[in-house]
Amino acid sequence: ASSPEADAALHPLQDSSLGSLTMYVVPETSPLLPQGINAYVGKHRSALVRAAGTLPTLRSRLQQLTQVMSFTASSITAALSDRVPDGQPGPDARRNLKSSLGYEITFSLLNPDPKSHDVNWDIEEAVTRYVQPVLDKLSLVANFSVDSQILYYAVLGVTPRYDKESSSFLLSTHSLPHVINPVEARLGSSAASLYPVLNFLLYVPERSHSPLYIQDKDGAPVSTNAFHSPRWGGIVVYNVEAPAAPQASLPLHVDVDMARVMEVFLAQLRLLFGLSREELPPEFLLESPGNEGLADWELDRLLWAHTVENIATVSTTLTSLAQLLDKIGNIVIKDDVASEVYRAVASAQSAMDKLATGHLHPAFQASKEAATSSERAFFDPSLLHL
Amino acid sequence: FQDQAEQFFKSGHTNNWAVLVCTSRFWFNYRHVANTLSVYRSVKRLGIPDSHIVLMLADDMACNPRNPKPATVFSHKNMELNVYGDDVEVDYRSYEVTVENFLRVLTGRIPPSTPRSKRLLSDDRSNILIYMTGHGGNGFLKFQDSEEITNVELADAFEQMWQKRRYNELLFIIDTCQGASMYERFYSPNIMALASSQVGEDSLSHQPDLGIGVHLMDRYTFYVLEFLEEIHPASQTNMNDLFQVCPKSLCVSTPGHRTDLFRRDPQNVLITDFFGSVRKVEITRETISLDRDIAGFE
Repeated sequence: ASSPEADAALHPLQDSSLGSLTMYVVPETSPLLPQGINAYVGKHRSALVRAAGTLPTLRSRLQQLTQVMSFTASSITAALSDRVPDGQPGPDARRNLKSSLGYEITFSLLNPDPKSHDVNWDIEEAVTRYVQPVLDKLSLVANFSVDSQILYYAVLGVTPRYDKESSSFLLSTHSLPHVINPVEARLGSSAASLYPVLNFLLYVPERSHSPLYIQDKDGAPVSTNAFHSPRWGGIVVYNVEAPAAPQASLPLHVDVDMARVMEVFLAQLRLLFGLSREELPPEFLLESPGNEGLADWELDRLLWAHTVENIATVSTTLTSLAQLLDKIGNIVIKDDVASEVYRAVASAQSAMDKLATGHLHPAFQASKEAATSSERAFFDPSLLHL
Repeated sequence: FQDQAEQFFKSGHTNNWAVLVCTSRFWFNYRHVANTLSVYRSVKRLGIPDSHIVLMLADDMACNPRNPKPATVFSHKNMELNVYGDDVEVDYRSYEVTVENFLRVLTGRIPPSTPRSKRLLSDDRSNILIYMTGHGGNGFLKFQDSEEITNVELADAFEQMWQKRRYNELLFIIDTCQGASMYERFYSPNIMALASSQVGEDSLSHQPDLGIGVHLMDRYTFYVLEFLEEIHPASQTNMNDLFQVCPKSLCVSTPGHRTDLFRRDPQNVLITDFFGSVRKVEITRETISLDRDIAGFE
C-alpha cells in the first residue's frame, strides 16, 4: 500500500470536523512512507508519521506537524500584525489578505495588440471548471464573486529589454512594481460592492515584444512567467507561439490554454491568502489537493488565522470607540449602536470560549458576527464628532 | 545586508490614496480649484488611479459663465496647461463639499448607500496624501464661505483614522493663509504635515492671468508642482527636498512642516511613497496542478 491509499482508507474512520487533526504513527522501518520522508500529510485532516528512535524526537516531529497543519506562533502573529508594535514581525508580515466577509475576484485579459493577436479565452468555462471548485472550498471563509473583462490597447508601464542571447524580451524584477499602475486605472471595480478586489491579469504581449519573459534576480526567466502583489492580485504573461509560417496573416488566432493559466492564477490566489507550500520541511510529503485547490487542513489554517484576526479586530475597535468617547466629548451613542456593541462583546466572548475548546467552526462564525457588529457600531454615521 | 537596509527604510505600505479638497467656491477663488486640480494631475501621473482618489471640488469654474475659455481650468499663465481635461473625476462636487462630508470620508462613518467612488477605503497598509486649499485663518479653514473646520476637529478626525488603522502613514499638505495652524493640534502617530505659511502670515497667490481675469494659482502650490514635475515613478527624491520648496524669497510667506509625529526620518521617505503608487511585488514561484478533464471539452 502507498501513503495516499492508506490515508484514503483511514479517512472514513476520522472525526474530520473543522480544526481537528488525526495523526497515525507508523513504525520507523515501515515502507508505507517513502525513503527520507518522515510524514505524509493527506489532503483532509490526517497525516501518517514515521516513528523516531526516541520519544522526544517523535514528540517534536508531531509538534512540528501539528503546527504546519493548524497554526504557528508566527502565523498568529501575522494575523495580529497590525496590532503588534512596529518593527516586530516587520512590514512583510502584513501582506496576507485581511479577513473580510467577502472578496471580489476579477479576471482581466489585456490585449495590447489586437491587430496582431485575436485572443480568445473561454473564461466562463474556466471559471466554472477550475475556479468555482476552489471558491466553493473557500466558501466557509467568505463570499466570493467573480467577474471578467477584456481590455484592448492596455500596455504595461515599462518597456522590456531585448536580450540578444535568448532572442526574447525581458522584464527585470525591479521594473515590476511599475507595471501595475498604468493598468490599474483601467481595471475598474464594481460600484455596488465594498469587498476587497483581487485582480488577476492575463497579459498577451505585443507581437513586437514577443516572447516576453519575467527575469528572476539571477537572470533566468521565471518558470511561471508570473508575479503577484500582496493584497492586490497577480499578473501572468502569456506568450503566443510564433506562427509556423512566417507569412501567416494577421491577426493570429490565439486560443488561450486556460488550464495552464488557472494553475498559476489559483496558486497566486492561495499565496494572497497566505497559503504557501514552499516553507515546509523537505521531509514532509504533502498530498496534492487536486482541483479543490487547497487541503482541508489549509482551510483550517485560514480559519484559525481569520478567527484570531476577527476577535482582535473586535477588541481594538471597541477599545478605540471607548477611548474616543473619552477624548472627544460630543459623541453620543444611540440605542441601536449600543445594542451592536453588546452583541459584539457577547459574540467575541463566545468565539474565545469556542477557540479555547478547539471548536473551530463555531468559533469562526461567532468571530465573524462579532467583527460585523463592532464595525457597524464604530462606523455608524451618527457617531460623527461634529 | 543590502536587503535588510532596504527593508528598514521602506515604509511598508501596499497601497496609496489621495484625498484632495478644494474648500472654496465662486469665480474669484479660481486659483484654489487650479491648485487642487494640479495636484490631482500630478498624483494621477505618478500612478494613483481615480479609484484611489477622493476629489472634492466645488467644480464651478470650468463651466462658469465668467470663464472666457469654457470647459477649461488653467494653472499657468498663457494658458499652457489645462488641468481640467476630459478625464477628471470629481467625487464630491458643488454643495457636497462640506465639513461633514469631509469628516465622513476621513472617518469612514458614511451612510451605507454611499457608492464606492465616494469612499476612502483605506486600510492599515495605506499611505494617504491629504491636500487642502482655500481660505484659512488661525486654527480654522473655511468651507465654501458658509462653515468652518477647526484644527481640533481635523486632529480628532485623524485620531479616529488612527484608532481604526485607516492609514499606515499620512502626509498632510495645506495651502491657505496661516496654514501651519491647521497642523498644530495633530497628536496621532505617523503624520507628516506641510503648510504654505506660518501663523500670522498670508499665503499669496501667484500670477494673475489677464486673459482670464483671475489669479490662476497660489505660490506655494505652484512651486510644489514645479518640484513634482521633476518626479517620475522611479524617483528617489525624498521629503527633505520637498521641505525646501518655495523659500521665503519666492513665496513671501514662510512654509512650514511638522515631522515629530512621523516614525521615519524624512530623508528616507520618498516622494513617491505618497504621491505615487509603487506596488510591492513578488515573483510567483508556486503553481497548483489541475486535472484537465478532457471529457466533453474540445
